[in-house]
Formats: sequence, structure tokens, C-alpha cells
Amino acid sequence: MTPSVSPAAGAAPLLACTQVTKRFGGLSALSDVSLSVQAGEIFGLIGPNGAGKTTLFNCITGLYHPSCGSVHLNGTALTGLKPHAVASLGLARTFQNIRLFANMSVLENVMVGRHVRSNAGVLGAVLRGPRTRAEERSIRERSLELLDSVGLAGRAGEQARFLPYGDQRRLEIARALATEPRLLALDEPAAGMNPIETQALQDLLEGIRGRGVTLLLIEHDVRLMMCLCDRVAVLDYGRKIADGVPAEVQRDPAVIEAYLGAGAAAGGEDGLSANERK
Amino acid sequence: MMKPGCKGRRALVIFICVNLRSFADNSFLRMTNFLSDRIYRDPRIARIAFVALGALLLVLPFLVEAGLGRTWVRILDFAMLYVMLALGLNIVVGYAGLLDLGYVAFYAVGAYFYAILASPQFGLHLPWWALLPTGAGIACLFGVMLGAPTLRLRGDYLAIVTLGFGEIIRIFLNNLNAPVNVTNGPQGINMIDPVTLGGAALTRPMDLFGLTISGAHAHYYLFLGLTLLVVFIAFRLQDSRIGRAWAAIREDEVAAEAMGINTRNVKLLAFAMGATFGGLGGGLFAAFQGFVSPESFTLMESIMILCMVVLGGMGHIPGVILGALLVTMLPELLRYIGPLQQELIGHVVVDPSDLRMLLFGIGLVVVMLFRPQGLWPSPVRARELKPDNPDQVHQEQEALYDAER
Ligand SMILES: Nc1ncnc2c1ncn2[C@@H]1O[C@H](COP(=O)(O)OP(=O)(O)OP(=O)(O)O)[C@@H](O)[C@H]1O
Ligand SMILES: [Mg+2]
Repeated sequence: MTPSVSPAAGAAPLLACTQVTKRFGGLSALSDVSLSVQAGEIFGLIGPNGAGKTTLFNCITGLYHPSCGSVHLNGTALTGLKPHAVASLGLARTFQNIRLFANMSVLENVMVGRHVRSNAGVLGAVLRGPRTRAEERSIRERSLELLDSVGLAGRAGEQARFLPYGDQRRLEIARALATEPRLLALDEPAAGMNPIETQALQDLLEGIRGRGVTLLLIEHDVRLMMCLCDRVAVLDYGRKIADGVPAEVQRDPAVIEAYLGAGAAAGGEDGLSANERK
Repeated sequence: MMKPGCKGRRALVIFICVNLRSFADNSFLRMTNFLSDRIYRDPRIARIAFVALGALLLVLPFLVEAGLGRTWVRILDFAMLYVMLALGLNIVVGYAGLLDLGYVAFYAVGAYFYAILASPQFGLHLPWWALLPTGAGIACLFGVMLGAPTLRLRGDYLAIVTLGFGEIIRIFLNNLNAPVNVTNGPQGINMIDPVTLGGAALTRPMDLFGLTISGAHAHYYLFLGLTLLVVFIAFRLQDSRIGRAWAAIREDEVAAEAMGINTRNVKLLAFAMGATFGGLGGGLFAAFQGFVSPESFTLMESIMILCMVVLGGMGHIPGVILGALLVTMLPELLRYIGPLQQELIGHVVVDPSDLRMLLFGIGLVVVMLFRPQGLWPSPVRARELKPDNPDQVHQEQEALYDAER
């Protein structure tokens, strides 16, 4: 696991969160979280349930507006932008609770993702001139390619909600990729997948990174995170408690204390025990 | 023991029961499904069906006049008008999933725009070919204006606010006779210019190749042409980038927004397109009827148009057309209940207009019970509301409806 891009000092990060705070009433879901993701890396975000990982995603993608702090993508401030504007700037995401367009076909789901990179309007749609037809054809072709790349080409015509769970997660990835993101944020992509599917997912994510897309990843599967990520940050109760290459973070006493908890100290019979073998 | 009238009443009850049974039996509905499946799959059958349908549409007014009389040609004209309106509302409700209960406002705007500028009201007599498209354009602007403040609202709240807008427009029209008399208040505007063709009013009978074409017939062809145009536009929109964006916000607004769809603009576009069709329908209504008053634009009218969409099959163009035809024609058919009672029982027991609405209401309830997806839903929608597997619904609700906002 050699990071393809080392976070060299001075290199402008692709994504920079600066002291992001999000309060819900009295609860601080995020407090002063700062992190930076370099172009080309796979950045992992881990932390126990309720640590604020999804909330951070929502703040980054414009679904929530941070109470304080700022988020920059490639130097552009995302603060105050609506989610669709963030997406068009090149930041796509998937959801922890899969949010597909359930009654549309698998192909149509991906084609919706092309919306932001195409521009036929009402007049174009009604007249359907050569330009619109060409655009429509390229949307379809690109979407089929993407389906092929996540291994769903054979199910293009099916209704999205009839897909098995793992396929739904991969369809969400294809849909997000259709927006041509520079940064792809995945919220627990391996949740509910069996080990074989998880392995396939790992290959898929490596492949996506290979095509030049930076990945920001939330995941509970620690083993997956350790072999996939170039760097990880750990959140606990809305605070970032560690940040660095996986091997270091794993040895960080604060992380063992807060995240791996008593289970790790006692030799681990919980789901995290895989961690220890490394 | 049995009074003579009893038998007739019995027969009527049995008649209704049998009808209900056949609804439950669904055989007609299965047939429409089967037919639509075949048509979707086999292009040859589709072509033959289209040619047959085209021929039928061309001679329909003559057949109807021969069989049922001139009144029914007029009813047919209205049915066409409502097909246009229903297809317009279908864009808002069926495609984009926005429940609009004030749709009739746009119909009213189109109608009054035409009426004011082509009647003795101000002595203006602008030509119909200019007024119909501009009326549709004005209605489109109203669609954006009324849509804009409702963008943050969803579901029931949206329905209530649009309902309010619909009523506001109507009350406005009702009261805009002072200080300056613009709309002539509750009396409405009379003597509106008809659509003309080569200098001759379309309302007058015309001689064409020895064939006398009545006003109702001529309007039929006008409305048919425009309805086909509206159907064409609706099909094209549905199967486009915009149509997919509408479907996406209907399915999951948060995900659509996260995928880069500007939900505000796309929703406004749905309101605007729907309103445009409404405005066009309104202009045609004014020209055809020659008279408009606020009474034609009540909430009931909005609800009827919504019924057409829901009853026929939301989001499915053939279904919506079927819904519009049924909802305009059935109540007219039920008018014959009066004479029927006279025939069977010897005197009119129940006032036909009461019974008409009652039966219509029962019909709607029955359809919603046995066929919630509409009479002729799109193949996809059919599965959506009749899932094969109840677990699926449960899982879907868990997965999709816990909004993160
Ligand atoms: N919209 C909201 N309103 C109020 N509280 C919220 C909201 N969204 C999140 N929270 C709270 O913020 C905290 C962090 O939640 P978040 O979903 O970010 O956790 P997470 O790290 O993603 O957890 P998990 O691993 O379970 O997904 C939780 O206590 C949660 O209840
Ligand atoms: Mg989460």
C-alpha cells in the first residue's frame, strides 16, 4: 500500500474542510473538524456509530450547511452552495441508506446522473434535433459503459428496486460516477455485502481511483479500510481524534481507546478483531 | 306483496352489483394491459393500430352524430379539451409528482385572456391565432409565479397552497369588475369571438365538398389537431433529459438534487409546462363556448381534472387520455338515468343529477379500491402500486424514506 500521491506540504488539497462544526440544537454532531484530501488518494473516514461521519458528508455535499467553518473543493468554497451546484463542481456521493430512483430502470438511474453534464432543454426535447439526438445517444452509451464497469450491464432494463442489495450499492456508485466527479464520496459502500462482494467492491474502488477519481470513503469494515485507504481520519463524538496513514492511526492510543475500545485491549471478539491480525 | 316499482328498482340494484363485480373481476382491465403490452412489443401491430385509430378519429364525429345526436359531438369536443388539460396536469402530478389542486387557475387565465382581448368587453378583437399562443404563454408565466412560492413545500402542504391559489384566481376574476371593469365580475364575458377559418367563424355550419360541417364538427377537428400536438409534446418531454429529471425528483428529491439536478428549476419547469397546456385549453374553451364566467373555474373543476389523471393512470399518457374521456363522458351517460327510471318504474324516483354524482363517486371509490394504480397505468407504475412482494415495500420504505434533511 503505497500512497500514489503523498500529501506533500504545499500541494493544494482537492478537498479541504476547515474547522467544520455542525450543531443540531444542543447536540454538536461535528466540532471543529478539519481535514484535507489530496487529489488521487483514497481517504477513509472511520469512527463509531453516531460519530458524525454522515453528517460531515452532508456538510460537504451541501445537504446541510455547517454552523461554522468552511469546505473548499479545489479552491472553490462550497459553503452555502446547494447540493446540485456541489455536484456540478465535481463532487458526487452515495447514501448510507441507499437512495436510488426506485421505480426507474437501472439504466435510467445512471442516465439521470448524466443530467448535469448535458444540456438539452424543453425545446430540444420536443423538437429532438440532431444535437439532442446525439446528446441522448452519448448519455445512453456512457451510462451503459458505466453500468458495465460496475458489473451491472446485464441488468440495465430492470427496475432499480428489484436489484439485490449489493447491486443497488454498485448502481449508486455508477450513478454518482455518471456526474463525472473529481471526488467521489461513498457512505458505507460495503454495508450489507458478503465477503466476496466486498472483495469485488475493493477492486472496483481501486479501478475508479485508477481512472483519476479521488475517493472519500466511510466504512465500518476496518480490514477493508486498512488495505484500501492511503490515509484515514478518525471521528469520535464529532471530533477528529486522529489522521494519518492507516498503520499509524491503528497504533494511536487515542484511537484504540475511543474507537477500538475495550474489545481491542482484551484481544477482541467483536467485529473489529480482524484489525489485530495486521 | 311486491309493488310494481319494486321490480324495476331490484333490476337497477342488480345492474349496479353486476357492474361492480365486473370491475372487481378486472377482465376489462386485464385486456387493456394485454393490449398495451402487445402494442409496446410488436411494431407491426402498433402500426396497424395507429392507422385504424387515425381513421376512427377522422370519422368519429359523424359516427357519433349518427348514433347519438349532435349533443354528443359537443361532448366529444369537451372531451378533447379535457384531454389537453389532463395531459397538462399530468406533467405536474404524474411526471414530477407535485400534487397541484389549483390547476384550473391556468385554465381560467387562458380563458379570460382570450375573452378580454377578443370580445366587446373592451371592443378589442385580436385574432385567435395570436391570442391562443400568447394566452398559453401568459398561463406559463402564471405557472412560474404560482410555482415559485411553493417550491419548498411537499405533499399535502403543496396541495393546500395550490388549492388556495386556484381559489384566489377565481375570486379575483369574480371581483375584478370594479373600480375598472376588467372581467365583468360574476356575469362573465359574453360574445367572445370564435376561431375563424378564412374569414368564416368556426361556430357556423360550413359547406365542404357538398358536406355540411357543423360548428361542433369543425371544433372537433381543431381540438383533435391540438390534442395530438399536446400528446406529441407530452411524449417527447417524457422521454428526454427533462422527463428523466422530473421522474427523478418524483422518486427521490434529495437524491436527485445530490445528482446535480437543480430541483427548483426543474419543478418550475413542470409547473410552467403544465400551465401552458392549461392556458391553451382555456383559450380554446373561451372561443368555443363564446362565454366565460368565474363559475367555470371552481375547485370542483380542478378536482375533476385531477380525477382524470389519477383514474386513468398517473404519468401514463394513454391512461390519462382514457381517464379524461371517461370522466367527461360517463356523467353525460348517466344523464340517461332519468329517462331510464321513467321507463322502468314509470316515474322518476331519484333526481338524476343527484344520482349521477353518487354513481360517479361510487365508481371512483371502486376504482381506487381495486385499481389504485389507475385504469391503464404504465407497466412500471402498475408494479409500483401492486408489488409482488410485500417485503420489498417494507425494505424500500426503510431504505428510501428516511430523509436525511
Ligand atoms: N438531521 C439531524 N437532526 C438531528 N440530529 C442529527 C441529524 N443528523 C444527524 N444527527 C445526529 O448527529 C450525530 C451524528 O450522526 P451521523 O449520522 O453523522 O453519524 P455516523 O457517524 O454517520 O453514524 P453511523 O455509523 O451510524 O452511520 C448523531 O447523534 C445523530 O443523531
Ligand atoms: Mg452514517
